[in-house]
Amino acid sequence: MNEIEALLKILAQTVIDGKKDDTVKITNRLLELNYPPKQILDEGLLPGMEVVGVRFRDNIIFVPQVLISARAMKAALSIVEPLLSEAKIEGLGTIVIGTVKGDIHDIGKNIVTMMLRSSGFKVIDLGIDVSVDKFLDAINKENPVIVGMSALLTTTMVYMKIVIDKIKQNALPVKVMIGGAPISKRFADQIGADAYAKNASEAVIIARELIGINK
Amino acid sequence: MSSFIDELNKPGILLCDGAMGTELQKRGMAVGVCPEEYNITNPKFIKEIHKDYYNSGAQIVETNTFGANCLRLKFYGFENRVKEFNNAAALLAREVCPVNGFVAGSIGPLGEMIEPLGEITEQQAYDVFAEQVIALYEAGVDVLFIETMMSLDEAVIAVKAAKENSSLPVSATMTFELGKAGLRTPWGVDTKTAVEILSSLDVDIIGSNCGKGFDEMIEVIKEMKQFTNLPLLAQANAGLPEWLEGISVYNETPEIIAPKTEQLISLGIKLIGGCCGTTPAHIKKMSEIITNFNIR
Ligand code: B12
Repeated sequence: MNEIEALLKILAQTVIDGKKDDTVKITNRLLELNYPPKQILDEGLLPGMEVVGVRFRDNIIFVPQVLISARAMKAALSIVEPLLSEAKIEGLGTIVIGTVKGDIHDIGKNIVTMMLRSSGFKVIDLGIDVSVDKFLDAINKENPVIVGMSALLTTTMVYMKIVIDKIKQNALPVKVMIGGAPISKRFADQIGADAYAKNASEAVIIARELIGINK
Repeated sequence: MSSFIDELNKPGILLCDGAMGTELQKRGMAVGVCPEEYNITNPKFIKEIHKDYYNSGAQIVETNTFGANCLRLKFYGFENRVKEFNNAAALLAREVCPVNGFVAGSIGPLGEMIEPLGEITEQQAYDVFAEQVIALYEAGVDVLFIETMMSLDEAVIAVKAAKENSSLPVSATMTFELGKAGLRTPWGVDTKTAVEILSSLDVDIIGSNCGKGFDEMIEVIKEMKQFTNLPLLAQANAGLPEWLEGISVYNETPEIIAPKTEQLISLGIKLIGGCCGTTPAHIKKMSEIITNFNIR
């Protein structure tokens, strides 16, 4: 195994372990070695985050560890991202994302945001408790190709329909992608969303599909 | 009127109320409204719910203050109204409380994470809980129900704030989910650790609330019972909500929970009630079961 391969492996592990300082250090080291930022992402950071997702699902780790890993990932992204746009890698278009009104859960949405950004989308994150008006304003202003909505409560997931109805009423040319633990494909179909993704890596695949890129 | 502690020491099962949050929604509260603001803007509405629970046989009702701490209220721009909301809520419950009834002050999670996961320091967390504790205490609640705790650190801080800023009995309940690692809170705390740490703080009641329904609650109580002799409180959700053509419906009806209530009682709990999705009808069913049991 050469040095780069070894470093990428360690990089993934630092994300899994949530060792932010090391994640940053190794990301910088790889950049010094002139390894392309896109590949640092795809071969180190994202595989690490993938493992975190699986371990969370399997109850090997819990919310605190997910947060700590997300933080390490975020720190590395803040270094890698500007370089990606410098290198003009894949301008896939803009996505507006937010957690719907009445809901303050943002851990999952933040991970989805990070993954979308790292795959080449420009993501405008409206934060939590986002009202239909806020979504509409952002759509009008930013001209996104996709709107992403997150909800973790059965009481707030219904709010997604309000936003979708408004988008349709105004005939806005934007696709809607939704997610969050209580959301299902069936629910997405029922309320007229264009797509549902059950986790962050699927969100990336589906977002690409929505804009006509398969794989 | 006997004190709450006297009541706790008597034999027999004590019945708490069912859900407030989902009941408010069912009765028409819109999405995105601050539920605790209703204590001021819709006092009648809140009193109705309390009254319905007392009339269904509940001896203890919980104040509508689950999210009435300044961090959660800040979300609605009400961070300066902690005292007002908690005072009002306690008085509303008291107004409809029968002579042999009790009012429990509900204290939920902060809504933000404590360092190093979040930005809140332990001292800030303590101060936030203390402010709510004092407001409930001043307004004359009989007991404090610290509930839906997922992080043990946060639960410990809440219990300390409750004990050090009031002379009230304190209950602490956490939310568990059954996964591949057994029963854990979303923060990863198991029942044994929860019981050991919380009992070391001299809480008066320990237990579990919320979660995925009565079946998992039975498992939680089985485990907790092995680790403590403290009075146990179980407040399960009426199953999980399902989205059914426009409304969310909880799948465990009063009939479904009846045998499960009996099972919880036979496991040796002292207090029972309901969390999300339970209604006055659920409490009425429990009341019938308890009446039979207490006579036996
Ligand atoms: C952490 C947490 C909190 C934290 C939130 C902190 C934060 N900044 O987000 C706090 C403590 C504040 C909180 C508060 C509440 N919570 Co909470 N919370 C959770 C918990 C434990 C974990 C959620 C989480 O972050 N998961 C980890 C992430 C990575 O997963 P995820 O969110 O599902 O996201 C993934 C996918 O869903 C998807 N995805 C997510 N969003 C999107 C968006 C798009 C566009 C796409 C494509 C995909 C996608 O990709 C993500 C990454 O793979 C869950 C229980 C659980 N185990 O899930 C309860 C839970 C969601 N909470 C619940 C409840 C009831 C509440 C409260 C009402 C009361 C309470 N118990 O305290 C309040 C609500 C406040 C409000 N108005 O929103 C219930 C919801 C029940 C229901 N179905 O309605 C749950 C299920 C717990 C339970 N069993 O009772 N909560």
